[in-house]
Formats: sequence, structure tokens, C-alpha cells
Amino acid sequence: MVLHEYLKMVLSGKSLYRMAHNERFGMYLKTIKNVMKKLKKDRFLLLFFFSGFLLVAFVFVTLGDMFYRQSGDISALISAAKDSTILTAIWISISAASVSALIAFIFGVPLAYILARKDFAFKSVIEGIIDIPIMIPHVVAGIALYGVFMRSGIIGAPFGKIGVVFVDAFPGIVAAMLFMSLPYLVDTAREGFKTVDPRLENVSRSLGASQWTTFRRITFPLASPSIFNGCILCWARGVSEFSAVLIIAYFPKSAPVLIYDLFTMYGLTSSRPASILLVSICLVIFIILRASKHGERR
Amino acid sequence: MITIKNLQRKWKEFNLKDINLTIEKGEYFVILGPTAAGKTLLLELIAGFYIPDAGEIWIHGDNVTTMTPEDREVGFVYQDYGLFPHFTVEGNIEYGLKIKKIPKDKINKESQAMMDLLGITYLKDRYPTTLSGGEKQKTAIGRALMLNPHILLLDEPLSALDARTKAGLQDELKKIHNESDITIIHVTHDQTEAMIMADRIGIMMGGEIVQTGTTHEIFNTPKNRMIADFVGTENVLEGHISKKIDGLTIVDIGSSEIFAISDLEIGSKVHAFIRPEDIIISKELQETSARNNLETKIKKIIHLGAIVRMELDNELVAFTTKQSAEELELNIDEHIYASFKTTAVHIVGR
Repeated sequence: MVLHEYLKMVLSGKSLYRMAHNERFGMYLKTIKNVMKKLKKDRFLLLFFFSGFLLVAFVFVTLGDMFYRQSGDISALISAAKDSTILTAIWISISAASVSALIAFIFGVPLAYILARKDFAFKSVIEGIIDIPIMIPHVVAGIALYGVFMRSGIIGAPFGKIGVVFVDAFPGIVAAMLFMSLPYLVDTAREGFKTVDPRLENVSRSLGASQWTTFRRITFPLASPSIFNGCILCWARGVSEFSAVLIIAYFPKSAPVLIYDLFTMYGLTSSRPASILLVSICLVIFIILRASKHGERR
Repeated sequence: MITIKNLQRKWKEFNLKDINLTIEKGEYFVILGPTAAGKTLLLELIAGFYIPDAGEIWIHGDNVTTMTPEDREVGFVYQDYGLFPHFTVEGNIEYGLKIKKIPKDKINKESQAMMDLLGITYLKDRYPTTLSGGEKQKTAIGRALMLNPHILLLDEPLSALDARTKAGLQDELKKIHNESDITIIHVTHDQTEAMIMADRIGIMMGGEIVQTGTTHEIFNTPKNRMIADFVGTENVLEGHISKKIDGLTIVDIGSSEIFAISDLEIGSKVHAFIRPEDIIISKELQETSARNNLETKIKKIIHLGAIVRMELDNELVAFTTKQSAEELELNIDEHIYASFKTTAVHIVGR
């Protein structure tokens, strides 16, 4: 007997006495009572559970509401899924974020290792510089990026000579995403390297392995769960980047830029299907990545 | 032979000060010292994990001071084993040979032989997190020995083990040492372990090697009070040399006089060290070769398993076996004689 049957019983005027003497209902009550008893004993855990639950609910309700509202107009969602402009924008976001995560990985992992292992002058300054993108408004980052990556900019000019243009081009989106997301990779990888006991590296070297071999066979595999997490965070942060991308590369339109355009031009009804599509695709990629990581652990 | 010349290294707030040490080929050398004496740092410098600030390290005639660890052919075992958690026991054992790109069938054969030798073959597919302390330590030792290093450096290898496992591994290490010409440097803070394992001992305190010698020399003739305290010479008496009679030195310790052997002159202020196990307790004055017979009372009796520790009224501490204590029917406040030979007294100027 399920909950609505009990409600029916109550509404149909059947006595509470009868309900209380129903065996399964008694069992449910007992379980709830036990859980409440345990939670009562551990008020500390209850408080933490409740505060955590509120956060999860905040995210779930916000996105859930968007999905719920769209559920009344599935045809618009299907149309969006067939719309080449939307699909191209999503592809641009995903591919640019992947390229920026790859660049962050190639240059960020060695930096993270150095920051985790060595103490040197101005180390905290370097750590601060790496974290600046987290602190500054994204639009400010976009303006700064535009300054260096424009055709006459300090980076844009030499690259322009070899035919690589950043303003209103795919490399510009990558540059903006990289700038905004690299702290997530560097910080997470650094913490990962810190968890690897340096003495394991010493032992490896005493067994004939060079520094490089030791890094490849011992340090990197042991820090890889954190590095992987860092890559996922970096990628996700890249996909979601809007303001900085908008300033340096309005074209080709990445998904957040396109969604903003749709919102300002046509309102919620037009921008919501594209938003849902982007969230859904990213969610699937996220789940696949997380699942592959867990599979690897097993 | 390992020769360490004027070795110095600063490590945060700690300084390794001017270490000079010679360890013969094939020797089992124990570095004994309290916590934070710099023992591990010294071992890590020998292994090449750090470059010294000054001084030189020579191994078998080669100056290896700036040589990388991978080129030194030195095995290293840490106190907490340092096993690679993502490799099985077999993977850990085979690591060094794989790095050297030895053919696979040879690796398998050699790792099997090593696991058989250490009795850990049944663990070959297990990961380190599932092993006991003893199993982990055997794996770590096996891994270090796989490359037939000239030198094996052991950093407190037995301190995290229970007494029974420790005894087993001590035998194992002794066996490995006796059956090869490997030089072993073993760091520990445990004096009993040092006594059991060492051919020679180096006492390390505050970043310095303060005394080296055979087990007998270290434990019976400590160079100063600090070393005496550390190596368990519980009886440290202060006095001065009052007389010399028939080649014997008489030390006045205030409450009484004791006979000893010393080259120091009359009037010298001295410390007299007597190990508790060198004091014989008896109820009657015995006709023995012991020249020192001090009449005293038992203040406290502590049973330590097979050993009984007695604190005496004259501030001396004596050990006797449980059996002797029972036979003598010793009780607190009982009048007894504490006897010890002149050779059991080690005199050091203060």
C-alpha cells in the first residue's frame, strides 16, 4: 500500500486506528521513527545535511523549473535540436572548451607540479596571478584579452603575421575560455600533486627511474584523479564562458552568446529550448566523463 | 666503502653539521639517534635525493656527491615502506627491472625468486593497501634488493611493526646481509634494535655524529652524559677522583666511594656511568670479583616481563631477571647489596 492509498483512506473517513494497525504502515512509521531518532541523536549531522540539501535544491529547482516549463512545448525543443545555427553554436562552445582544456592541461600540469613540489621566491605571487581570472569580472577579462589579442595587440600582432586571428574568430573564443578556466585546472592539479608523497618519487629514483620516468609512472598516475577533475572543471568553465567571449569573439557565435542573442531579441520562449539543449548535452558529457573516471578506479 | 667527508646540509630550520663517517664494504652500520637528529636527511643525502651544501660522499671509490639517485645503485626503504599504491606487490617488486628494460621472462623469473625468498609469493596480486605492516615491509625490502644494489639504506624499517613481526624481519635482514656482500646502513631510534643488528653504530644527535664504535663500545663506554642517557645508561653518578690505589681509581660520589679504571688525574671532576644490567643484587655480601659493593635499600620494584627493574635508595637503578628476583624474594625497603665490577664503571671527565 502506498502513500496515496493512505491519503485516500483518510479522506474517505477511515479511522486512524485502522491505519495504525496496518502492518506495512506500521513498518514505514517504524523506519521513519528510527531515522528521526538517529538524526535527533546527531543534530550536527542533521544541520549539515539540511544546509547541504538547500544548496542542492537551489540548483535543482532552478534548472528543473526551466525543464518543467519547456515540457509543455516539446515541439520547440525538437525544432531547436534540428536548428543548424543552434547546433553549430553548441559545437563551437564544446570544441573551443575542449581545445582550451587541452592547452590548459599541457601547460598547467607542469606548473601545478612545480607549485606543489617546490618552494621559491614569489611563489605566492605566481599562485595569485593564476587565480586572478576567478576574481575579476568576466567582462573586464574580456576587455583585457581584447587588448592583447587584437590585431595590434602584444600577442595578436605576431600571431596575425602567421595568419592566426583572434578577434571574432575561433582562436579568440579558445583564448577567452583558457584565460577564464585555467585556474580550475592548475589549482586542482596542484592539490592532487600535493597528495602524492614525494618519498615515492625518491624511491622510484633509487630504483633507477629518471625524473621524467618517475613523473610518468608514479606521480602523474597517482595525481591523475585530481588532474582529471581539474580538466573537467576547466572544460565546463570554458563551455559556460560568456562575457569574455562576447567581447573578444562575438562571431562565430558560441552557445552562450547565441542564447543571449535569442533572449534579448525574442525573449524567454525562444532562448529556453537552446538553453535546455546546451545543458542537456553538457550534462550527458559530464556524466560520461565522471562514469569513465569511476570505471577506471574500479 | 662509503666515505662521508665534512657533509653539511641545511633543511628548513635544521642543520646537518659536518658529518664525517667511514663505513666499510659489507658492514651493517646502524645510525642510532633520537627523533629529529637528522638521521633520515643523512640517509637521503647518501641516496642522492638532495645535494649537500658542502662536503663529499664517496661510494666504492667514486665521488657521488652530485650524482643523481638513479645512477648511484643504492636501495632505499622508508619507515612507511613507500610502496607504489597503484601497483600490486609483483608490480612493486618488478619496478626497478622494468625501468632497466630487462626482458620480461627474466623479470618474471627474478621477481618470483625474490618473492619466494621473502615468502610473499602468495601476495603477488595484492595491492599495498590490503597488506599488513610486515608484508609491506618485506615487499619494500624485496623491491630494493631486486637491482642488487651495493648499498641498502633502511630508514627506521622496523619501527612501525609489532614485536613478533619485527623479530622475524630482523632475522630476515641479518640473513640477507650475511648471504651477500651488501653494505647496509640502518637508521633507528631503538637501542635494542641497534644492538641486535649492528656491526658498528654511529650515534647521531642534533645533526651531528657524536660517537661511532662497536655495540660494546657505544653501550659500555659512551663519550658523554648525553649519549649515556640516550643509550640507556641509567646510572650516571657525579663525583671526583679522590685516590689512585694499585692502578685502580677511587671516585668519591658523596655518599660512598667506588672503584673504577681511569687515566684521569686525582681531583678531576667526573661522571661515572654504570649500566643497570651490570649491577648484581644480593641479600648478603658475596665473595665475588666485584670490587664495588654498596649497601642500600630497594625503593621501587617494576616488573617488565622477563626483566625486573629496581630503583635503589642510593639513586642507582639495577636490572635482574624475573627468576633471580623470585629466588631472592626481593621486597621494597629490603636491605640489599648492589655489586658491580670496576670494569663496569665507565669514567668520563665533566
